[in-house]
Amino acid sequence: MTPEDMDLLAALGRARAGVRVETEKPYLIESRLSPLARREGFDSIEALIAALRAQREERLIWAVVEALCRCETTFFRGRETFAALRDAVLPALSQRRPEAPIRVWSAACATGQEVYSMAIAAAEAPNLATGARFEFFGSDLSERCLEKAQAGLYTQFEVQRGLPIRMLVKYFENQDDTWAISPRIRQMVRWKRINLLADLSAMGRFDVILLRNVLRGMDAALRGKVIEALVSLLPPDGVLVLDPEDDVAAFDDMLAAAPGGTGIYLRDPSVRAAVAA
Amino acid sequence: MKTCLVVDDSRVIRKVARRVLEDIGFEIAEAADGMEALAWCRAAMPDAVLLDWNMPVMNGIEFLRLLRAEPGGAAPKVVFCTVENSVDHIRAALDAGADEYIMKPFDGDIIEAKFAEAGLL
Repeated sequence: MTPEDMDLLAALGRARAGVRVETEKPYLIESRLSPLARREGFDSIEALIAALRAQREERLIWAVVEALCRCETTFFRGRETFAALRDAVLPALSQRRPEAPIRVWSAACATGQEVYSMAIAAAEAPNLATGARFEFFGSDLSERCLEKAQAGLYTQFEVQRGLPIRMLVKYFENQDDTWAISPRIRQMVRWKRINLLADLSAMGRFDVILLRNVLRGMDAALRGKVIEALVSLLPPDGVLVLDPEDDVAAFDDMLAAAPGGTGIYLRDPSVRAAVAA
Repeated sequence: MKTCLVVDDSRVIRKVARRVLEDIGFEIAEAADGMEALAWCRAAMPDAVLLDWNMPVMNGIEFLRLLRAEPGGAAPKVVFCTVENSVDHIRAALDAGADEYIMKPFDGDIIEAKFAEAGLL
């Protein structure tokens, strides 16, 4: 790839998805684009990029942008974070509004492990209000990731990263080396391809929004836009879940970190006590 | 330093597991079957046992049942590490007192993740 090729990819990533393409790591870009080049019938990444320049075809542009985004996750990534969500956040929300469904959105769900982990956490949560109901949504920029997420099929390697063995036997069935999430959990989740740079105001209210593995790969200028858009969907006692290492100092007028360094942020500081409990 | 007894009839697997576990701070002892492992445990109860299922002389599940009946035998965290990947096998292991379960093939990340799940790290 020439420097001009890298510049083109960086410009596309930024414009279409707000993604910062790591041009300092060409090997990473190559490892993400070469399967796509093969799938699209090109001999090389260079040929793929040449076609991109020559045709400016929307479908191909999006395929490239999607491939440039990372699509990696594990079950219960951040064990303490999920423990706090299961033991404190979800029970507190369900006690505060036993009538309405609690809506949970994994806003960059990649291959689905995160939103399924949330569904399992809700099924395992103690002290829920009687009749508590949950709705789970998974969205991602990448169609291919969403297809895998929706299928709910995972390799033996994938189910051994982060998933306690008791959760595996309780919520999965296996056929040889493939593990399928139980239909009961799978049917709790709805899926949609969503670009977080688009207008999100029609998404409706969410009580818990997870945005992990995203901000640090995002163009700095756009982080604020996305955080503001998501926070505006939270009710006053809603919760935004980021990565513990995400820097959100600029947003402390709308977000307060829950104690424990779990990456859980509360929209309204006055509900801090519930999560600390 | 925490101790881990690696029980597997394959010397290669024992060696790989030893390297991974030493990297995350365990002192390692090795046994090639359940009988040998039981002798180790009677002499010095380890903090953790990484346990194969299919072995000559005494297999992993028989060892685990006997271990849990020994004085002090409830204490070690036992992590199975086996090619057996059916839900029936996993349930049997949990019923016999296993704390975690690794399906081969494994890598260092999986051992580390599973030892963390078992509360060993």
